[in-house]
Amino acid sequence: MATTELDQTGTTTAARAKPAPSRKSFGGVRIYDHVVLWLGVFLMMGPLVVAFTTSSFDHVLIHRQGMQFGWGGQFAETYSTVLNQQGGFTGEVTGWLMTKNSFILGIGFAVGKIVISMLAAYAIVYFRFPFATAAFWIIFLTLLLPLEVRILPSYEVVQQLGLVNTYTGLIVPLIASATGTFFFRQFFKSIPNELLEAARIDGANAWRFLIDILVPLSKTMMAAIFIIMFVVGWNQYLWPTLMTTDETYFTLVRGIKQVMQSMIGADIPKYNEALAMAMLAMVPPVAIILIFQRMFIKGLVEQEK
Amino acid sequence: MTTLRIKNVKKVYPNGAEAVKGVSVDVEDGELVVFVGPSGCGKSTLLRMVAGLESVTEGEIELAGRVVNDLEPADRNIAMVFQNYALYPHMSVRKNLAYGLRNRKTPQNEIDARVNEAADLLQIAEFLDRKPSQLSGGQRQRVAMGRAIVRHPAIFLFDEPLSNLDAKLRNQMRLEIKKLQRRLETAAIYVTHDQVEAMTLADRIVVLNGGQIEQVGTPAEIYANPATTFVASFIGAPPMNMLEANVTGDALEIEGQSLPFPRSHRGPVRMGLRPERMQINGSDAGLNAEITVLEDLGATRLIHARLGNQEVVLSQDADLPVPSDGKISIAFRPDDVHLFDRDSGRRIDA
Ligand SMILES: Nc1ncnc2c1ncn2[C@@H]1O[C@H](COP(=O)(O)OP(=O)(O)OP(=O)(O)O)[C@@H](O)[C@H]1O
Ligand SMILES: [Mg+2]
Repeated sequence: MATTELDQTGTTTAARAKPAPSRKSFGGVRIYDHVVLWLGVFLMMGPLVVAFTTSSFDHVLIHRQGMQFGWGGQFAETYSTVLNQQGGFTGEVTGWLMTKNSFILGIGFAVGKIVISMLAAYAIVYFRFPFATAAFWIIFLTLLLPLEVRILPSYEVVQQLGLVNTYTGLIVPLIASATGTFFFRQFFKSIPNELLEAARIDGANAWRFLIDILVPLSKTMMAAIFIIMFVVGWNQYLWPTLMTTDETYFTLVRGIKQVMQSMIGADIPKYNEALAMAMLAMVPPVAIILIFQRMFIKGLVEQEK
Repeated sequence: MTTLRIKNVKKVYPNGAEAVKGVSVDVEDGELVVFVGPSGCGKSTLLRMVAGLESVTEGEIELAGRVVNDLEPADRNIAMVFQNYALYPHMSVRKNLAYGLRNRKTPQNEIDARVNEAADLLQIAEFLDRKPSQLSGGQRQRVAMGRAIVRHPAIFLFDEPLSNLDAKLRNQMRLEIKKLQRRLETAAIYVTHDQVEAMTLADRIVVLNGGQIEQVGTPAEIYANPATTFVASFIGAPPMNMLEANVTGDALEIEGQSLPFPRSHRGPVRMGLRPERMQINGSDAGLNAEITVLEDLGATRLIHARLGNQEVVLSQDADLPVPSDGKISIAFRPDDVHLFDRDSGRRIDA
């Protein structure tokens, strides 16, 4: 049984896309799938596990012997230091403060993107204004201009507005979203037009229709986008680095670098603390994905109709 | 009094499609008028103009004595029931019913009273706290009607409200709509492409074709005196037979056969004969034809026959015998013959 199956299924992944030719080979496909999945898990999780174990060792040891497997026994001390130690030049920045900043950035980023892209999609789908289609494609084209490309002009604008070292400056320039607009546009287009007409007969104006009908219908969609965008916002590095020189605005992701950097001099860099911070920075996004996993999948694959 | 006046209304869509080409029709108080016609004849467009969902290109729409051309749908005092129900999926049935009233700042106790009244009337009281997705098609249809009823509108507008239901439920709901409309004594326009629905529901039928009115009349009038060949073949099932014939002297000539015919009109005509108004004659006195196909429908039997180069269909009781050799002689009363002009398709009464 096994040999012929493996021949059949082990050839290409394209073969898997086709409906399984018979029940027998289905079992073979599953074995193959599991091997691939385990390889993937190993490749993705391996470095994380090593980083985690290493973070429980002494930094001098790490400096001399490199990454560590096993348990170093300094776990509690390191993590508590990272969270509570008053770091930076001013001595005011703790891990908790950076976590707070990361949350503000992540949530502000995600909520801002949802609000902006929903309003943009609403205008494009439901209002007849000149060159609406052109406007949509122009928004779409901004996908070709990521932040990295326009970073200097963006900085210039924010700086002129006096928004350097503010949460506004940190968040607002990032929230325009072609992808979000595109998702909402597709979703709104799939809502039957009669719903709008029924609401018009029921006396709903444009604002009420948005709030009473579209927003509740988009709930799962919004949750899915929120989760993705929260993670993306949380992981922002380049823009916060440029925008915030005041340490009290530093995010966790920035803090990792800071730990390494501030110790340069006679000292050995505190690898263990940097790794601990990296582990900590990962917890909230992972937690959010785990908690909202079901809602997330629901938002992507089905709609309440 | 007249609830609704449609005066010379035209509709040209932005893409240039001329969907309604000058239609005038009145709906009296408490009357149920059915717009019927084939797909694309403009009946939905006309209804949507009354609702205010489409702009009126030309002409006037007058509701309860005032011109409403430029009013928003919500300000017209109409209520509409859509083909796909268009219920708000995320709201409970109760909220669906109440939404329009809430937007009009109706006091809460008034809203409750109206919602409960409509729910009782439609027997949906037990579903008030369910979401539309938890209802069957027929129940959703009732909710959609409930949403129209609570508004106490001057006129109900139905756009093919039953076409998403199965045949049995459709018949049942059709009857309920009619009863309800009678009971509320509210004027209504009902759009359908189904002539059976039109015949059974209507106080008056408006037959539309190509954006124009072909005929307006009671179901009986339209059945008995179709104004054009279009109406003649659209209303009635199976459709009326249309035969090329010639009236000469006192005789009707079809395919070389001749029958006595006491009408004053002379010349070539298109002759209409309803399948249910023709019989198989024992003698040879009628039109001689040859059976091609028999269709049994249970109570009735459709007999397809060839008459020279033309096809005719007869409908007769399934119990009546059919000659085994397939040769029949078709008899009918001269009064049941409809004559139409061959070129214009218009009825000839002479
Ligand atoms: N939004 C629109 N833009 C352009 N043309 C339209 C539009 N809506 C309808 N039409 C055209 O107007 C004509 C009448 O359409 P309408 O929807 O009124 O037909 P209908 O009688 O309701 O047909 P059906 O029985 O299929 O619903 C059709 O030829 C249609 O193609
Ligand atoms: Mg229609």
